Amino acid sequence: MTTVTTRREAAPVMAVKTGRWRRLPPKVIAGRIGSYVMLIALATIYIFPFVVSIASSLKTNAEATQQPLRLVPETLTFAAYERLFTDVPLLDWTFNSALVTVCVTLGRVFLGSLAGYALSRLQFRGRGVIFVGVIAVMAVPTVVLLIPRFLILYQLGIYDTYIGMIVPLLVDATTVFIMKNFFESIPDSVEEAARIDGAGVFRMFWSVVLPMARPALITVFILSFQGSWNEFAHFIVSRQDPDLHTLTTGVATLVSGQLGAGNQYPIQLAAAVLMTIPVAILFFIFQRHIMSTAEGAEKG
Amino acid sequence: MTILARPRSRGLRGNEGPYGWLFTLPAILILGIFLVIPILLAIWVSFSNWNGLGPPVGGQADFVGTANYAEVLIQPGLARRDFGIAIRNNLYYVLLVVPIQTAVALFLAVQVNRRVLAARGFFRTAFYFPSVTSSVAITVVFLYLFSASGVVNGVLNWIRIRGPNWFADPRGVFHIVLGWLGVEGVPSLLAGEGPLGVTWWEWVSGPSVAMTALIALAVFTTSGTFMLLFLAGLQAIGSDIEEAALVDGAGPVRKFFSITLPMLKPTLFTVLTLGLIATWQVFDQIYLTGGGSPAKTTLTPAFLAYSASFESLKWGGGAAISFILFGIIVVLTIFQRWVLRDREGGSRRGRRRRARTARAAAVTAVRPGGHDTGGGGPT
Repeated sequence: MTTVTTRREAAPVMAVKTGRWRRLPPKVIAGRIGSYVMLIALATIYIFPFVVSIASSLKTNAEATQQPLRLVPETLTFAAYERLFTDVPLLDWTFNSALVTVCVTLGRVFLGSLAGYALSRLQFRGRGVIFVGVIAVMAVPTVVLLIPRFLILYQLGIYDTYIGMIVPLLVDATTVFIMKNFFESIPDSVEEAARIDGAGVFRMFWSVVLPMARPALITVFILSFQGSWNEFAHFIVSRQDPDLHTLTTGVATLVSGQLGAGNQYPIQLAAAVLMTIPVAILFFIFQRHIMSTAEGAEKG
Repeated sequence: MTILARPRSRGLRGNEGPYGWLFTLPAILILGIFLVIPILLAIWVSFSNWNGLGPPVGGQADFVGTANYAEVLIQPGLARRDFGIAIRNNLYYVLLVVPIQTAVALFLAVQVNRRVLAARGFFRTAFYFPSVTSSVAITVVFLYLFSASGVVNGVLNWIRIRGPNWFADPRGVFHIVLGWLGVEGVPSLLAGEGPLGVTWWEWVSGPSVAMTALIALAVFTTSGTFMLLFLAGLQAIGSDIEEAALVDGAGPVRKFFSITLPMLKPTLFTVLTLGLIATWQVFDQIYLTGGGSPAKTTLTPAFLAYSASFESLKWGGGAAISFILFGIIVVLTIFQRWVLRDREGGSRRGRRRRARTARAAAVTAVRPGGHDTGGGGPT
């Protein structure tokens, strides 16, 4: 259910509710209040870790360790954030993460739509075989690929390079699958007019069908952005040069390296907070789309 | 005129063939070079003694037959024991995470799906948000929450329970409970060696205290994603059926078990399958919490494959573990689908519903623990 429908319902529900609540037997009202209490308690459990993280990232090391539950720091300090920019090359990590994310997102959206378009709307020999291949590839668990990925990057001599970090992620079988499914739902007739006008295949794809695939493109965009920004395992096996640290592998060194020793929680939490901001922004911009995606797919 | 210029027999679509290949070529090349060929390369390495020096192919590596597999599965020794421990740890992880996350996700979905609920959007956002964060960030947060004097122990302290030092506590949960019941030391019945060089006593240890924290982490990060899948299923049921049930006088509990749950069966299958596939792949969290520490009780096959290769430089052994893990996932997925197979004899409607759920699953692209499962798509 999207926010749109919620909003549409909101007015009548509110109107009915006051009346209905009065007419309801006390047992039902008690039940409803009970379930609200329970839901609020659950939501608190889900939100609390993030609130505590933000609060503790603003504490001193000692206070973060001794007073973890205090939500307002006794001595408010931005020391942890300052250290992230002085003691730690956080900006370099952010640059690498951003570079990888932009390339991978563009690649996945463009190459995924191209392949999805061909597999759904072009007739050519070998199409069935390619599609079966895509499905088979989707079934391979990612974690099984860690050693194989390292081996090929090493063999090709692109271990410890941006190329090795980015290119293997540029195409994702799931993306192709999503785009193919969406293109199939667009009626053939939209292309016929353009075809009679003599439009080429690429123009038909680019200016006729692709603009109609906005919802699927947004879905793929969100998944690719989130997936590449949060990617960890691939950057563990595709590089070891500290200059190529992304935010994920870099922050991991804060946990396992010397900064992980003792009770230096604020700097770790500050890094976790900062690296979550981009996906959080993405999430809130596309919240409506994300929340209705699963349902849209169910209905479609 | 252009139409007439084309060869008539091939019609309007006559020139599509080359374009089909052209459009799919980038995807084929990248998936081929960075997915298919690497797997073939790793199969070779798993049968070789490559030590990380020189290229894996065309260098000094020699074919050693099934020695790497035998070392992990058959030959008594450290490699086999580590693998056995890793399997035990992951088994408890799967057995606890999959049912708990499925139940929690279903519960949340039913709660936030109610029409009378105000602020549904807020609740959905709250439950889903942990799913979009990275595994690294959320693990950092959990290391803090579950530290010795951390938030969890602080809360436990309110009810006068002294919490353990979670991530440093290797004791098995079942061992602890047995200790409370007065079982001292290792009972002679369980002292013998079980499969993979791990004693029966170790097999029945239960998850270590450290592992339970990772289990909580997994449930926390994936229940929101699966909640969305269940919500999709609930929307498809529609309100008319539910209202009919209410008119018939069915209570909410009865309604849930005799109407909602059976109609959610396709979604339930999908969620269980995705959960099973993902929980056998846990890697990021293990890496971040110290590579299996304390005392190897959070070691998993996925991490063991990595550490055998990248740290111990036994690439053949590491690759062999990867493929054994692949086999475990495939076999369990098939077994689970067979157990949960559609008893309605695969009616067309059921099949169509399942196809839709699968699509929803692909779109939501479940990332348990923030880690891209990849293989989560068409189930």
